[in-house]
Amino acid sequence: MTDHNLSLMAHLMRRAGFGASRDELEQRTATGYEATVDELLNPEGQEPVDIYEFLRYYPLWWKPGTMGGLGHAPWVWRMINTKAPLQEKLCLFYHQLFATGVAKVDHYDEIEDMIDSFREQGLGRYKDLLMAVAQSPAMIYWLDNHENHADSVNENWGRELLELFTMGVGNYTETDVRECSRAFTGWTLKHKLPRFHMGRWDWEYEFRPDDHDFGEKSFLGHKGDFDGEQIIDIILEKPATAAFIARHLYSFFVADEPQVPAWSVTPPNDPEAVQFIADALMESDYHIGTVLKKIFNSDFFKEARFTRVKTPTEVVIGTLRLVEDTARPAPETMSWASQIGFMGQELLNPPSVEGWHSGIEWINSGTLMKRTNFTAEMISDRSRPGVAKIIDRIKSSGSKPEDVVDACLDVMGPLTIPDESRAELLDHARNLGDFDWDDERPGQGGETKLTEILQLVVSLREYQFA
Amino acid sequence: MTSTLEIGTNGTGTKEDPVIVVLQLTGGNDYMNTVVPYNDPLYRDYRPTVNVAEDEVLVLDDQFGLHPTMGPIQDMYKDGNVAIIHGVGYENSPRSHFRSMDIWHTCEPDTLGTEGWLGRVVRELDPDKENVVTAVSMGPALFRALVAPNVPVATVENIDSYGLLTDITPEEKLNRVLGRYKRMYSPAIGTGPVMDYLGQTGLDALKGAEILNVAPESYSSTVEYSDSSIARKLKGIAQVHLAGLGSRVFYCDHGSFDTHADQLGLHTRLWSQVSQAIRDFFDDLEEHNAADNVVMFLFSEFGRRVYDNGSGTDHGAGGVCIAIGKGVKGGQFGQFPSTKASDLDQGDLVPDLDFRSVYTTLVEDWLGLDPVPIVGGTFEKPDFILK
Repeated sequence: MTDHNLSLMAHLMRRAGFGASRDELEQRTATGYEATVDELLNPEGQEPVDIYEFLRYYPLWWKPGTMGGLGHAPWVWRMINTKAPLQEKLCLFYHQLFATGVAKVDHYDEIEDMIDSFREQGLGRYKDLLMAVAQSPAMIYWLDNHENHADSVNENWGRELLELFTMGVGNYTETDVRECSRAFTGWTLKHKLPRFHMGRWDWEYEFRPDDHDFGEKSFLGHKGDFDGEQIIDIILEKPATAAFIARHLYSFFVADEPQVPAWSVTPPNDPEAVQFIADALMESDYHIGTVLKKIFNSDFFKEARFTRVKTPTEVVIGTLRLVEDTARPAPETMSWASQIGFMGQELLNPPSVEGWHSGIEWINSGTLMKRTNFTAEMISDRSRPGVAKIIDRIKSSGSKPEDVVDACLDVMGPLTIPDESRAELLDHARNLGDFDWDDERPGQGGETKLTEILQLVVSLREYQFA
Repeated sequence: MTSTLEIGTNGTGTKEDPVIVVLQLTGGNDYMNTVVPYNDPLYRDYRPTVNVAEDEVLVLDDQFGLHPTMGPIQDMYKDGNVAIIHGVGYENSPRSHFRSMDIWHTCEPDTLGTEGWLGRVVRELDPDKENVVTAVSMGPALFRALVAPNVPVATVENIDSYGLLTDITPEEKLNRVLGRYKRMYSPAIGTGPVMDYLGQTGLDALKGAEILNVAPESYSSTVEYSDSSIARKLKGIAQVHLAGLGSRVFYCDHGSFDTHADQLGLHTRLWSQVSQAIRDFFDDLEEHNAADNVVMFLFSEFGRRVYDNGSGTDHGAGGVCIAIGKGVKGGQFGQFPSTKASDLDQGDLVPDLDFRSVYTTLVEDWLGLDPVPIVGGTFEKPDFILK
């Protein structure tokens, strides 16, 4: 029987990370749930991934500029190997929230810098993140703030700051959008001196007082000569902002919600939980680490198992961490990074500023096929160390069909599936005959049959959920 | 895998319905060295290094000629089956691969669009999703042009190994596993709309693969395709088309045409691969008497800079589109943009035909659909499809 504490730990690691091997889950369960939450929230205690190890093997991936498809492989390498998985998971959260893509920015290096700032500040105060994003050259270019001038206001950044990054539609007027945008005039970017005579120049943030509108602004009931930072302070005072960020946190860490554009007209699935998160945001002055601790330790989080469709990144990274193929920077890292894109989530290139549509919208016949094939191929490859461990563990739990099916479900999750699905797996296992672990004939021995059951388990509908 | 489905009875399409094959020239194909203005003295001024020699140009008329590797296309042009559409693009070209490609895919030059124009075409062609292979995309990822909510598209990397769990061998074992998969995804096990949707999607994927797997099995041809990735993709498309599965929209790409350096060698190799593959494809269709309802459409996200850079050419603006097939009215449409230095915009040709105009002709005159909601507006229509 699966240990309840271990199931809970597996849930925490799927949400606060990318899943974990059974060995890791057992260690963490022994350490305890709340202690593990604390460890996840304090990444500075972990040895960081040495990104230069990857770049020594694949120097082309350093500062790829505009070269298509190169930008996200180093990040994928970090996600596979990190000992501080929540840190990388938060990068993914903010990348979804502050969705910025090479489709327009056309400069991987700048978006990678933005992801780095998420890694450094992700557990800190939301205000600092907003300031970093407002002064990120990638974001400035993505939302045209370099075209936002004292004498001709461009509202793109100002509007999205209110609509997508803080308050949500319905909590401000068109005048507020205008006044907010005025406060960010002159927040622009410039080129740094180039490193090489060819290739993309680096960008950096620049404030140009001569292009800033210092006049009085009237914003959300306040009047004054506000600049961007003061605008952000006013925004964060509003309960609507806390409620909106709470919903983002809920839909990413707790359970699937409707798509963001529907939020102004569709109430949350669990209004009490979202209110709880909103209160925690207000009480902590939007300290994300503090709020996440409250979420992970809450009952609604612990009960929300398998209520989110895995993102493509979770599918690929979760599988790779499970099969433990991380001994050195594999050339396959690039193809793994591409796989995430083939499943519909090309990192550093979200389809729009709204980010990716998530939940059930990840799934179509093409992406479902890619998810299933990728996972089934990995889990059937005994040469990967994690797979060998999984197989040995299942073998040790018995050789009757019931033993094997239940051990597969246990070690691959532990997964809870409807009786009908379990009955199908059991029927399949029985038809295969005895699982004779001493029978090592290629293609028909006990282990081959076991692999067939594992492939069916990862093909289950239920396996698409985290 | 043996299919239990009857060919040609599982969809809205028949062999007589118009079919479109889009071949995307990824990376920005150099317009000026594809359809060469060989009699324009400025051409040689702008292109001291990266040019096509006058005696090598495959002459179309007294002004224009094709790149020397495009013999197969010149032959089809002479037969009246090729339309060359000049000076296609849109205002304020961003000269970024990603953004430009998005614009071509979504028909949204001013905002970021997420829905593809061909996705909307597929939705019109098969509104009730009767045929899960109405659209077939050849390549590892789904092109954004084909993305639309609730529109199934078969994304085929390799037609010979397309399907669920194809890693499993032997066939007997694969069939056993897929049989179980089908039962596990059956509606009886569903517990709510999300599980029902997943179940239906899984069964769609399985059915699409079953249908498409018939194509290589039922295919035979005397045509030997040339050896290139684009030839393999077009052969896959020919196999699906010839199997009569009701597929109406095919998509594939070739590249990279991003010829910043060493363009002469690169461009020669790319266009010989594309030209030969197109010749093989149409030869194959002709052999099976199945070419009449197929139009192929070639485009690239932008043309390249007018001045060469000594070795290649950099990102530009206006480009050329090519339509090929018996349904095409042969000839040249639109105008080659002025090459006078004072008429260039930041060193680039200024396109004067909106790309959505070209789509409008394809959607309305070839596919017989209302183009306005698909391309997002009303545009003049170059007359390159036979009535």
